[in-house]
Amino acid sequence: MSDCCCSTGSKRPSCCCSDSCGADERARSVSTTLTLRDRFGGFKVRWGVNRMNYTVDPGLYAVGNPAAESPVLVTANYKLTFDTVRSNLAGIDCWLLALDTKGVNVWCAAGKGTFGTDEVVNRIEQVGLAKVVAHRELILPQLCASGVNALEVKRRSEFAVTFGPIRAADIKEFINSGFTATPEMRTARFTFADRLVLTPVEFASAAKASAPVLALLFLLNLVAARQFGSKDFIAYLGALLVGTVVTPALLPWIPGRAFSWKGWLLGFIWTALISWGFGWLSPSARMIGVGYLLLLPSVSAYFAMNFTGSSTYTSFSGVIKEMKLTIPAIAASAVAGAVLILIKTFARG
Amino acid sequence: MTAHKHLNNVATLELDTEKCVGCGICATVCPHGVFVIESGKARVTDKNRCMECGACALNCPAEAVTVEKGVGCASAVIRGWLTGSEPSCDCSGGECC
Repeated sequence: MSDCCCSTGSKRPSCCCSDSCGADERARSVSTTLTLRDRFGGFKVRWGVNRMNYTVDPGLYAVGNPAAESPVLVTANYKLTFDTVRSNLAGIDCWLLALDTKGVNVWCAAGKGTFGTDEVVNRIEQVGLAKVVAHRELILPQLCASGVNALEVKRRSEFAVTFGPIRAADIKEFINSGFTATPEMRTARFTFADRLVLTPVEFASAAKASAPVLALLFLLNLVAARQFGSKDFIAYLGALLVGTVVTPALLPWIPGRAFSWKGWLLGFIWTALISWGFGWLSPSARMIGVGYLLLLPSVSAYFAMNFTGSSTYTSFSGVIKEMKLTIPAIAASAVAGAVLILIKTFARG
Repeated sequence: MTAHKHLNNVATLELDTEKCVGCGICATVCPHGVFVIESGKARVTDKNRCMECGACALNCPAEAVTVEKGVGCASAVIRGWLTGSEPSCDCSGGECC
């Protein structure tokens, strides 16, 4: 920050730049070690808490003791992204330029254009990068390439763009190998751990969306002949977990291609097992059993389908095709199932 | 590693080999290794792996690559249907990626 008060020397108000004085006055220095508070903040956003408001200030940061020749890495101002990047830079002296991506990660921000050519060019200008570094090179994360035209950045800012690796964990090796990325570094993965870490936020938002349904069932119970109880709740909760956690976790091992099909399949297995366990397949309760077998797998299918947005490999065309086949089918099945259950709910005797 | 695959024969990716100058930027930016450079020209190895992110088309200096860029996200599509707008990752007012 050019207006940083510590550049004036002796008196430093507590309001600002308490840890910026070691580096260039234009940049705040930032640690490569995450505090407990950083980790807890990251844990919370993984559960969807404060997720759309988890940011760092856009601008230039100093990692280690960078000089005019040190490389410039560019990233998003989503704090989870920023923290992941800096925690992988231990022992490296470099500049870290955080763009204003409205608190959204690199790939999604590039998709919507906020991590884009304009923002890169403007931010270079705004932080006065040309005066901080002697070279004219930038390292951008590869996944921003859907928003950033490298040649246009060069034309408009004179900074040449090198696309770095996809994962922050590979940055050190990328720098140490003379700024070359292996094919592995350039390929988006979607491992079991990658998928599992995304499931809490899926489950939390699905649970939130389910709250009105539970409230409605509570009201229905006041007038129902067959009341909804803990067994119904367990069956529904299971279907929710199947769609938001189990299907994403087991994704590549479930037969088939469409996410909704995978979710439906596991949801059907779950519902069949729990219906059998709760005696809903006996002649007297069969309407409940069949009703749930029509309803709950559709619920799992719907939430599994929503995981396409979290995956690293589905295309718009593919998702549209899947939805056109799936949505009419699961909607019809869910309505039929709900009708059967409601008939049983209100039927006396 | 298990290779993930979604639906086949849907991707809108097209490469015009006539226009291609063989610079290799498409192979660099593609997160799914769709392109290889062979004897000075790009070649699409497996179109079914394309997720239509648009990075190749945006960075191609010769306009040799075209793709209908879009978000592969069902909830964004549903939001687009409900609000009558283009499906996008824009989550102002809502939770999103």
